[in-house]
Amino acid sequence: MLTSLVQGVYLIAAVLFILSLAGLSKPSSARQGNIIGMVGMGLALAATVALALDRSQRPIVVTLILVVLVFAIGASIGIWRARTVEMTQMPELIAMLHSFVGAAAVLVGYNSFITEPAESVHQVEVFLGVLIGAVTFTGSIVAYLKLSAKIKSAPLMLPGRNMLNLGALIVSAGLMAWFLASNSVIPLAAMTVIALLVGWHLVASIGGGDMPVVVSMLNSYSGWAAAAAGFMLNNNLLIVTGALVGSSGAILSYIMCRAMNRSFISVILGGFGVEGGTVAAGDVDYGEHREILAPEVAELLKDARSVIITPGYGMAVAKAQYPVADLTARLRHAGVTVRFGVHPVAGRLPGHMNVLLAEAKVPYDIVLEMDEINGDFPSTDVVLVIGANDTVNPAALEDPSSPIAGMPVLEVWKAKQVIVFKRSMATGYAGVQNPLFFRENTSMLFGDAKVQVEAILAAL
Amino acid sequence: MLIGIPKETRTGERLVAATPKTVTQLRKLGHEVVVQSGAGLGASFTDAVYEAAGATIGDGPTVWAADLVAAVNPPSDAEVATLHEGSTLVAMLSPHGRGDLVAALAARGVTALALDAVPRISRAQALDVLSTMSNVAGYRAVIEAAEEYGGMFTGQVTAAGKTTPATVFVIGAGVAGLSSIGAAASLGAQVRAFDVRPEVGEQIESMGATFVQAATAQQEVSADGYARELTAEQEQLTQAMYAEESAKADIVITTALVRGSAPRTITAAMVAAMKPGSVIVDLAASGGGNCELTVPGEKIVTDNGVIIIGYTDLTSRMPQHTSQLFGTNIVNLMTLLTPAKDGAFVLDLEDQVQRGMTVASGGEILWPPPPIQVSAAAPAPVAAAAPAVDPVEKARLEAEEARRTSMRRMVWTGLGVVLVTLAMTYSPTVFQTSFTVFALAVFIGYYVISNVSHSLHTPLMSQTNAISGIILVGALLQLGSDNTLVTVIAFLAASVASINIFGGFLVTYRMLGMFRKDA
Repeated sequence: MLTSLVQGVYLIAAVLFILSLAGLSKPSSARQGNIIGMVGMGLALAATVALALDRSQRPIVVTLILVVLVFAIGASIGIWRARTVEMTQMPELIAMLHSFVGAAAVLVGYNSFITEPAESVHQVEVFLGVLIGAVTFTGSIVAYLKLSAKIKSAPLMLPGRNMLNLGALIVSAGLMAWFLASNSVIPLAAMTVIALLVGWHLVASIGGGDMPVVVSMLNSYSGWAAAAAGFMLNNNLLIVTGALVGSSGAILSYIMCRAMNRSFISVILGGFGVEGGTVAAGDVDYGEHREILAPEVAELLKDARSVIITPGYGMAVAKAQYPVADLTARLRHAGVTVRFGVHPVAGRLPGHMNVLLAEAKVPYDIVLEMDEINGDFPSTDVVLVIGANDTVNPAALEDPSSPIAGMPVLEVWKAKQVIVFKRSMATGYAGVQNPLFFRENTSMLFGDAKVQVEAILAAL
Repeated sequence: MLIGIPKETRTGERLVAATPKTVTQLRKLGHEVVVQSGAGLGASFTDAVYEAAGATIGDGPTVWAADLVAAVNPPSDAEVATLHEGSTLVAMLSPHGRGDLVAALAARGVTALALDAVPRISRAQALDVLSTMSNVAGYRAVIEAAEEYGGMFTGQVTAAGKTTPATVFVIGAGVAGLSSIGAAASLGAQVRAFDVRPEVGEQIESMGATFVQAATAQQEVSADGYARELTAEQEQLTQAMYAEESAKADIVITTALVRGSAPRTITAAMVAAMKPGSVIVDLAASGGGNCELTVPGEKIVTDNGVIIIGYTDLTSRMPQHTSQLFGTNIVNLMTLLTPAKDGAFVLDLEDQVQRGMTVASGGEILWPPPPIQVSAAAPAPVAAAAPAVDPVEKARLEAEEARRTSMRRMVWTGLGVVLVTLAMTYSPTVFQTSFTVFALAVFIGYYVISNVSHSLHTPLMSQTNAISGIILVGALLQLGSDNTLVTVIAFLAASVASINIFGGFLVTYRMLGMFRKDA
C-alpha cells in the first residue's frame, strides 16, 4: 500500500520536474518553474522518508534521527552557500555542486553493491553508476579548482593523453568482466580509482576558455550518474530525473560547442589552439593601436545615440557589472539606446554574463544574444567591449588560418567606434592576437574594467 | 611653444582655428596659445571664454609673430610678410592651386603645413580637415534645401490627409555626400544616391539611402580612394540616369569634386525637366559647380521655378561646430607634432603624413610630395586570384557529400535500433521497464530544454543540479539498513546530496529574482 502510494507521488514529482524545466525556458515563467521544482522535490522526499522509515531495519527513531540530521546538514550548508555566494563565483559553486552528485552516486553504488544480491544486470548497473559518478566527482573538483583559480587554468598536456584515456577505458572494461565473474569488491575499487584519475585528467587537460562546455558537460554527467543509480535501485523517479538532467546538460554542451564552432570531441580531448600548433605568430604586423582615456569615452557616449556593450569574462573578474549597470541606467536616462550583446560562451559558464547583469539590475530585455544583435552593429555609434576578446575577434571570420576560424563572433568592428576595455595588449584564452585592436575605429582603454567604468561615470 | 590663432580676414568667414575647448587641449600638450582679440566672435566664442580656457588675448601682429600660426584660410600677402623666419604656418593652403603662395612662404623661410593636403590614409583621418569640412557642408546642404523646399521632408498621415515624403537625390558619396544622405534620411526623406565608385554602395545603404546604379556606368575599384573622371560611354549612361533621377527628385544635392574641379553632372536641360519648386544644392560650387546653371556664392531661381543654391560658405554657416571640429583636427596634428607632449615641436619628414602636408620648409618648396599608394577600400586580390570553382561542380560535390552524410547517418541509426532491440529482448523485465522510462525521459528532456532561453542557462544549470540531487532518494532508502557500514556510507551520500538540493534550489531562486524586465 505505502509502496504504491510512494510510486504515485514519484510520478507526480517526475511530472513536476519536467514542468519545472519547461518553466525555466522563459524569464517570465522561470520563477514559477523554480518553485514547481521545489514542490516536486518536497513531495518526493516526503514520500521517500515515509518509505525509508517504514522499511527501516533498525529502530525507527534511530533512522528518523539520521534523516533529520541529514536534512539539517544539507539545509545549513546548502542555504549558507546559496546565500553568500557571489554571482561572479557562480561557476565555482555549480562545479562544486556537481561533484556532490558524483560523490553521492559513487557512495550509493557501493551501498547497492553491499546490500543487493549479486545478479549480472544489477552488477553492470552498479559498475557503470560508480564509474560515471567517480568521473563526475573528480572532474567537477578540478573544474572547481580551476574556476576559483586555486590551480592554473591552462590545459595540462600529458604526453599521449588520448592514449591514457583510451587505456583507462579498456582496463575498466576488463575490470567489469572480472567484477561480473567474481562479484568481488577488488575490481570495483580498482575501477573507482581509475575513474577518479580519468575524471581528474579529463578536465585538467581542458583550457580555461572551454570551461562553459566543461561545466555543462559535468552537469550532464551528474544527471547520467543519477540515472544509473536509478537503474540499480529500480527507482523510476531517479531514472526520469537523471535522464532529464543528463540530456539537458548534453544540449547545453552542444550549444556551447556550436557557439565556438568546435566539435564536442575536440573540446573534451584537448586544449585550445594547441593541436593546430598555430598559436598566433607574433611577427604579423597589425599596425598600431590607439589609446583613449576615460573622459574622452564619456564624451563619445554623451554624443552617441546607440550604444552596445559586449561583456566578457574580464567584466566578471573585475566585478564591473555594477558600474556597468549604473552607466547603462545613466545613458538610458539621457535617451541613449543601450543594449548588451552576449556571446554564448562569454564567461566561464553558459549564461554567466546574463546572471551578472541581472544581479546588477540590468533589465533582461536589453540583454540580447549574438544572433539577435549582430545585424545592428553597423547602425551603432559606440560599442564598449568590456573584458571580451576572442568573442569579438574579426580573425574568426576573416583569417582562415586562425585557430578560431569559423567561430561565430560578435561583429563589433562594424560599428562606428569601438572602445576596448583591457588590462594590456595580451591575447585572450585562445592565445590569438586580435586584429580588432588595430582597426582604425577601435580605441583601447587600458586598466581595470571596474576602475575605468567608474572613471567614465565620474566624467559623465 | 607659442601658438597664434588669428582672426580670419576672408569676407563672411565666421570660423576660427581654435575654440576654448581646443585651447585647453593644446595647453595640455605643453603649448601656450595667443588668440587675436575678437577671433572667435563669428562662432560666438568671446575673448573672455578664451581667457578662461587659458589663452592670452593679443592683437594681430602679436598673433602672427607666434612660433606657430594656425588659421583656417590661406594668409594674405600682408600676413605672409608678418610671419617671422623659422616659424610655422598651419592652414588650408590649397597648394595645388596656389603655387604663388607656397613659393612666397618658402621664400620667407616659413615651414608651411597644408591642412587640406593630408594624405588619405587611415592614420591621418584624425587631422583631415577636408573630411571635417565636407561633413559639415553635407549636413548644411540638407538644411539649406529644407529651408527652400516648400514641403516637409518626412511623410505624414494626419486627420487632414497625407503628404508624401520628399525625395532627395545625392550625387557623389564622399564624406559630404554621405553626410547629406544621413541628414536627409534622419529628417525622414526618401534618399537615393549615386557614386561612380561601386565600392561605396554599401556605405550609401548603411546611411539609409538607396544606391542608384547606372547600367555599367561604374568604374573599377579605385586605388587611391578618390573618384576619377568617367569615360565617354560611361558618361553617356550616367547622364541618362541623372536626367531620370533629377526629374523625379524634390531635392538634388551634388557633391562631385574630382581633385578640386567640378565635373558637370546636371545640365540646363535636366534642370528644365525638374519639377517647379524643387531645389538643387551644389556643393561643388567653389570648383565651378556640378550644375550648369550654378552661380557660385548665390541662390538663383530658374525660369521653371527650380531653386539652385551655390553657396560656398556652407561650413561658415555653422561656425560653432565647424570651428570645434576644425580645432580638434589641429589639436590632433599638434599631438602628432609634439610626441613628447612637452611643447617641443618636432617635424618628421620621414613620416608619410607629415611629409604629405609639408609644402614648404627651410626655404625649400616641398610640394608636391612623393605619391603614396593607399587603399581606401582594400580591394581583395586574393579572392580574384583564387581559381574560380565551377558553381555547378561545387553544387554537385556538395550534394554528393550531403548524400553520403545522410547515408552514414541512416546506417548508424539502423545499427542503433537493432542493438537496442536485441538488448531489450535479452534483458530481464525489470530492466526493460526501467530502460523504457529512461529512453522516453531522455527525449522529453531534449525537447523541454531545447527551448530554454539563452540568458537562463545558468539558472537552468543550477536548477537541474538541484534536481539531480534526487539521488538523495536512493541514499535515504539505504539509511535504515542494519549494516552499519551501509548506514555510514548512506549517511555521507545523503548529506552531500541534500546540500545539493537546498543549495541548488535556493541559489536558482536567488538568481531568478534578479532577472527583471525593464520597468
